[in-house]
This record gives sequence, C-alpha cells and structure tokens, in this order.
Amino acid sequence: MQVEKIRIEQLRKQFVKKNKMVEAFHSISLQIKDGEFVSIVGPSGCGKTTLLRVIAGLELPTSGTMHIQHHDSNQPLNAMVFQEHSIFPWMTVRENIAYGLTMRKVPPSIKKSIVDHYLLKINMVNFAESYPHQLSGGMKQRVSVARAFANDPEILLMDEPFTALDEQNRLLIQQELLKIWEENQKTVVFITHSIEEAILLSDRIIMMSAHPGTLIAEYEIPFPRPRKIEEIRSSTFYKNMFNEIWMQLKEEVEKSRSMEGMLPI
Amino acid sequence: MIASKVAPISERTSESTVNRNNDWYFRKPVSSKIKYGIPVSLILGWELVVSLSILDSRYLPAPSHIFQALLVAVSSGQLLADMQISLYRILTGFILGAAPGLVVGLLIGFIPFMRMFIQPILLAIRPIPKLALLPLLIIVMGIGEASKITLIMLGVFFPVAINSASGVLNLHQQYIDVARNYGASKYQFIKTVAIPGSLPTLCAGIKIGFADALLLIVAAEMIGANSGIGYRVWMAYSIFDMRMMFVSFIMMAGLGIASTMIIRFMEKRLIPWNK
Repeated sequence: MQVEKIRIEQLRKQFVKKNKMVEAFHSISLQIKDGEFVSIVGPSGCGKTTLLRVIAGLELPTSGTMHIQHHDSNQPLNAMVFQEHSIFPWMTVRENIAYGLTMRKVPPSIKKSIVDHYLLKINMVNFAESYPHQLSGGMKQRVSVARAFANDPEILLMDEPFTALDEQNRLLIQQELLKIWEENQKTVVFITHSIEEAILLSDRIIMMSAHPGTLIAEYEIPFPRPRKIEEIRSSTFYKNMFNEIWMQLKEEVEKSRSMEGMLPI
Repeated sequence: MIASKVAPISERTSESTVNRNNDWYFRKPVSSKIKYGIPVSLILGWELVVSLSILDSRYLPAPSHIFQALLVAVSSGQLLADMQISLYRILTGFILGAAPGLVVGLLIGFIPFMRMFIQPILLAIRPIPKLALLPLLIIVMGIGEASKITLIMLGVFFPVAINSASGVLNLHQQYIDVARNYGASKYQFIKTVAIPGSLPTLCAGIKIGFADALLLIVAAEMIGANSGIGYRVWMAYSIFDMRMMFVSFIMMAGLGIASTMIIRFMEKRLIPWNK
C-alpha cells in the first residue's frame, strides 16, 4: 500500500496567548502513506500535540495546506485517543467503547457485536458494565483505544496515550495495540515522548525540534511485522537506533530546557 | 550477626496484622460501645443534672419530660399537622425555585448571549440574604402562603441556577474534544456529555438549595404564620413552653436528617458513576 493518505504542506499554527502571538509549529511538510504507522517525537512544548489536533480537525492551521484522502464517506475519517481522563465517567465501559457508533446511529445489534469484539480484544469482557472509577489507569486507556478502533476510522490519532501508565502496563498495552493494529493496518499518527515506544510501534519516526516546532529528522524503522516487543528490545539494531535517535533528540531537549521559563505553554 | 538484630519473621507479621496502616492514630476504629455509649450517657447525664436541680428545669427540661411532650404532640396530631404544612411550603417552594433555576442555569451555561445578559443580574442579587426580602414579600403578597413559598423559591433558585451553569461551564475540555472528534451533533453533545457531566455539580446545588429552604421556612414561619414548625418554636417562646420548643428542635433535626438521606439516595440513583 503506497497510496498517500495525508499530505501536509508548509503548515503553521499560531495562537494568541496573553496578547502575544505564539508559534506552535511552522514549515511542516509531511506525507503519510495509507496504512502507515508514524510516530512523532520531540521535546515537550514543541507543538506536537497541537499538530495532531490540527490533523484531527479540532483546530485550524494558521497557514499551509493539509489534504487527507477520505476513501469512504460512510466511515469516520479519524478517531483520537487522548492522553488520559478521556473516557466518560458517566458511561459504562460498553457505552464508552460504543460512543462513536452511537453518535453515528449504528443499529444496536451491529453495535453490540462490534463492542463485544473489542471487549474481547482488550481482555475486559468482565468489565463491560463497570464504570471508569472502578478501573485502573491501564484499563481506562485500553477502553480509550478500543473506543477509537470500534469506530472504525480511516486514521487513528494517538496523543501520548500510554504516558501516564506504569511500565509493566505500558508494555502490555503496547503489545495489545500492535496486535489490534496489525489486524487492520489503519493509518496511525502517534505522538509520544518515548523513543522506545516509537521504535517498537512505528514504521517511521518523525522528530520535531524544540519550540517553535518544525520537522528535523526522519527514521525508517525496518522491523518486520508482526512484531514481538521482547525480540525487538533485545536486538542490537534496536539499541543502535535508540542511541542514534536519542543523540539527536537530546540536543533539542537541551535547547528546550535552556528556554524554560520563556516557554509560553 | 545482622540477622539477629531483626525480629523473627513470625513476630513481625503478627504485629503488622494487628497494626494495619489505616489504624494509625486518628484512623483507629472506635468500638461500637463508645460510639453509641457517648450520646446515651450524655442524655442520661442531662436527665440526672436536671433532676438533681443543678440546672433549672424551667429553662432546660429533662429529656424524659421532652419525650412525654413529644408523645403528646404526636398523639394530638399537632406534630403531624405542623410537619405537613411546613413540608408543603418547602416542597412547593423548592419545586417552583429549582425548575426555573435549572432552566436559567442551563441557558447561562449553553448560550453566551444569555450568560452576558443574566449572569450580572444573578450575581448582583445573590449576595442579598433571602430572609431580608421577607418584609418586602409580605407587603406585596400579604401574610398568606404565597409570601412564604416565594421566599423559599428564591432561596432555592439561586444555588440551583448558579450550580447548573457552572456544571456546564466547567465541563472538562477533554470531554468536549472527544464529543467533537466522534462527530456528536449539538443535541447529542447536550444529551451524552453536557447533562451527565454537569449532574454532580447540579446535585450539589440542589443540596445547598434544600438546606437553605429548611433555614428559610423556620424563619418565615416565626414571623408571619399560625402553623408550621417555625411557628411552633415562636409559640413555645411566647408562652414559655420549653418542652414544646425542644420537641420542635427534635422535629427539625428529624426533618433535616430525613431530607439529607432522601437526597443522598436519589443522588446515588441518578449519578451511579459517582463514588
């Protein structure tokens, strides 16, 4: 699949903060292929979340063009997985996973079978009628991922979805995500600050500079799929890759640290 | 050598089962003997102190005498009649105040123009203690039921309106983003996110409103009424019947506890996701 899915040219986003124009990112040009898993890494405050929100249509760019191929207008174009606290506390796990389907008025019988499928996938069949306050942080994020997949969008947008989880849960949920994703190979744009996570999951990593963010580097991740997290982590190639990316990211993080206090965010 | 300084494992585990973490100092569980013993002995002490004439029973009647008066009030039907009329005033005023309060609150929350229009008026009137409006209400509406019910209505309206507005306005941005991202229509957003998301704040407003209603009814009945629990207290004062006064206190406590329990029960049913 080499069809182009997302094409971004010279995208820039500015916003007003305390009567000052602040640039979130600028000069971003990027093509993402259909079915590609792309991660975006960068120091905090570099505008990567804003970029994702622009791609999601939650915010408008200040200038530049963005074109997203929408193959089937009956399917939603994108679904976003947010950092945390994004599943509705007043809905049960089942209702949360079904949210997108409910909004699209999918018939109840079809909705039920889709939700059942994903409950099974995320190992939460027994929690279908639980409310979020009865769940652990890892479970909540699994529900959030299932909600996005259940809506069957053409593009999945993930904004540091596993950052708040402890390492053990993160490793498991990453493996689960790989499993679900490898089944239907949707286009994914994944924001993370973890180099490790980016290498394990993606086909390509894009690095953003310190504030104001722009693209500075790209890495192809050639590991074959289906991937096994343990195997990748123990390979020498992974370690070299990690170091290469870290050496470059380190510079940006240091720049962003030296600007601390000047940062608008 | 080092090991000898450490207590044997068996000893430590037995100790740690006794001193669980939540037993520390002010978290220690209190035995039920103490829990129920304290109020019982306070009442017994009160009885004793009055019957030994250490305290003047004209001012502070003995619990046994209050209890007798309570029985008389119950059997004569007077207590029930007082309760009934006060409850009627509270509930009517409460519904007449809460319903428009909810509507106005949601208007403020959802429609920016309404917010600009209503909010300043609301914020200007709210600080006036509602009780201060009673003389005005009596002049305008007379001494009948209308003035009392209107007073309660006003007392309930403000907390409900302000809380339902802030419930909507303080919705977590993340929830709004999710609704937008999943293509919720305006109507779907209100139904699936805005209303359930603001329910806990709204319920807090209703609780405040009800507490205010209890306060206001007693005051209103003291000034201009010939029935109700507030009237009964004032009556007891006028004819110096301290037993009747204490019976009224018990009624008010009962009313307060019962209404708290009912509201809490309804809250649990209405907001099952709240811990």
